[in-house]
Amino acid sequence: MSQSHRRPPLSPEAAQIVRAMQAGRLSRRSMLTGAGALGMGAFLAACSTSAPGATGSATGGAGTGTAPAGKPSPAVDTSDTDKVVNWANWTLYLDFDDKSKTYPTLEAFQKKTGIKATYSEDIEDNDSYYGKVQAQLKAGQDIGKDIIVLTDYMAARVIRQGLVQPLVESVMPNKTRILPNLAEVSYDQGRKQSLTWQSGYAGLAWNKAKVPGGLKNVSDLWKPELKGRVEVLSEWRDTLGLIMMEQGKRIDGKFADADFENALAVLEKQLNDGQIRQVKGNSYKEDLISEDALAVIGWSGDIFQLVAENGDKWDFAIPEAGGTLWSDNMLIPVGSPHAKNASTLMNYYYDPKVAAEVAAYVNYICPVQGAQAEMEKLDAELAKSKLIFPTAEDLSNVQVFYSLDPETETKYTEQFQKVLGN
Amino acid sequence: MAIASVAHTGPAAPPPVPPGRRRSLTPYLLLLPGIAWLTIFFVVPIVTLFGTSLQVPAEGGETGVFVQAFRFANYVDAVTEYWAQFSRSFVYAGIATVLALAIGYPLAYMIAFKAGKLRNLLLVLVVAPFFASFILRTIAWRQILADEGFVVSSLKWLHVIPQTATVTASAVAVVAGITYNFLPFMTLPLYASLERIDPRLLEAGSDLYGNGFTVFRKVTFPLSLPGVVAGTLLTFIPAAGDYVNAALLGRQPGTAMIGNVVESRFFRIVDYPTAASLSFVLMAAILVLVFLYIRKAGTEELV
Repeated sequence: MSQSHRRPPLSPEAAQIVRAMQAGRLSRRSMLTGAGALGMGAFLAACSTSAPGATGSATGGAGTGTAPAGKPSPAVDTSDTDKVVNWANWTLYLDFDDKSKTYPTLEAFQKKTGIKATYSEDIEDNDSYYGKVQAQLKAGQDIGKDIIVLTDYMAARVIRQGLVQPLVESVMPNKTRILPNLAEVSYDQGRKQSLTWQSGYAGLAWNKAKVPGGLKNVSDLWKPELKGRVEVLSEWRDTLGLIMMEQGKRIDGKFADADFENALAVLEKQLNDGQIRQVKGNSYKEDLISEDALAVIGWSGDIFQLVAENGDKWDFAIPEAGGTLWSDNMLIPVGSPHAKNASTLMNYYYDPKVAAEVAAYVNYICPVQGAQAEMEKLDAELAKSKLIFPTAEDLSNVQVFYSLDPETETKYTEQFQKVLGN
Repeated sequence: MAIASVAHTGPAAPPPVPPGRRRSLTPYLLLLPGIAWLTIFFVVPIVTLFGTSLQVPAEGGETGVFVQAFRFANYVDAVTEYWAQFSRSFVYAGIATVLALAIGYPLAYMIAFKAGKLRNLLLVLVVAPFFASFILRTIAWRQILADEGFVVSSLKWLHVIPQTATVTASAVAVVAGITYNFLPFMTLPLYASLERIDPRLLEAGSDLYGNGFTVFRKVTFPLSLPGVVAGTLLTFIPAAGDYVNAALLGRQPGTAMIGNVVESRFFRIVDYPTAASLSFVLMAAILVLVFLYIRKAGTEELV
């Protein structure tokens, strides 16, 4: 849809710069030199943030472009000579050995393939990560990462904007092992550019000693004795999704603005009353540990890792009215010169045995068929866990937030942020 | 001035000029690295930012796609929408600056005049926090002042604060955090100017029958004014734009500062024009405040 609009053609100088940036031929330095020769208006235009549509029409104006020309083209793959892969992921999202301070499955991957893998916990949340890398990606530059992991809605956005490149499927025989319900997603037909890393639920978590009865519904968070000790997620699809389901609405298909606003009103009231202490990303875990937060809307796997590392103090449940189901997806940024290495790594993690090892640590829903059988050998108890291997019945009580169009997404995010005082 | 006069004499006597002309170029050559630096890292970004602040969303509504326009109404929208967060930022920064001065002045005075052999050690202690990231130090405060932590439990046990009170997640915590984080920026310039005061002037003050307070009021304080001006500027300016303290120690929605709004507009809503215009308004507001302050306080001895 963004390709369809036209804007006034750029001046020839600006168009040339944009085209050159597109092809990655222009360093920052020559960009500046070039810009010096331009008029102010043209310079501003060249620097404008409008990548896909704008560059499309710029090339179009010069008579060379076709519709998809607006998107940056993938970098040349140097995987065969440059045996490295750099992976950016979220915190506590890969099996970690405290004693050796290494990631055992990743070590094994390096031994097996000879590809040197660097792993960093760079992603604190989808929005801020997108904000950090989008400008470089739109210019087709290498952000130094060959795999990034983003939640559905953000994966949809970067795919739509052409900021990622196709997987090298020839090295991915294991790709077919993906769970059937994850194999087809609306934003990436046939999973050509994305592969599920883990899925999980957002639900309720609480401190077992301080909240003896536990929590069954989102409204239990608003009990007077929890005043000032409740935290909710800054990913509004999860927080407001749970509230909406409690209000009897469905979030897996289009709903009315009023449904969203009713849920937002609940959040606003609880914030203004001081019931909710803070609205947070991943860092709600630290507040559970310090006991500043006694009850939260949180993510399933997080809570089980907290229990594993800090003792059996917390419990997690999906609210009776339903929880949200989300997936995080591995993607290859468009500027990455190691697409083949990245695909090799993804394939490795779709080996059921490796997938089971990861699942035993992260406790999120494992997206790989056959992993449950491998888990039997590893830890029979975990092989029964409904949070790692849910049955069809388990999945009937959770919903995936439907794909919003960009305008609605912006509108809802803005309303949510205003309620937070921003 | 010197440049102008050289240039003035230049044309009058062309033949003997060579050494003079070379000298007249020197100041420009010396300025070159600084100007180049400022052009690349200040002028270019600021022009880009200004351009962004006037953009409008592209048709089709794709997230994060904007086209260049000259929509100055972005500024009006930004200010009408967020004047409360602007005022809150300046109030918090103002309180924190006053507090930092109240804490930093006696500290600097003590180090400069009374510390004796301990002076260097105390100075190191003032600077020591810089050795750890200020984000980590702010997070550490959250742990120290946690609801179930030792400090807050003790205060509650002593009935100093109500049983239901929280110390973190409050406006007080945000202001305290800003004060703490910027205290060294206040203390060091104060120390530098206090330390330079000639002790004979203070002796002369006492010789003229000034008591301790009068000597301080008439001699020490006026002589330390450059440090006060520098310290308050170094505290107030970054404090007004700070967002880390409000994000880590504050509580939504009541403690959001303008930095948090810019962060939210830029990263969450992906609304670059509003984020850019808010940044510009903040810059302009600080510039005006600082200008007025310097006009009043004077900068003759700021260096």
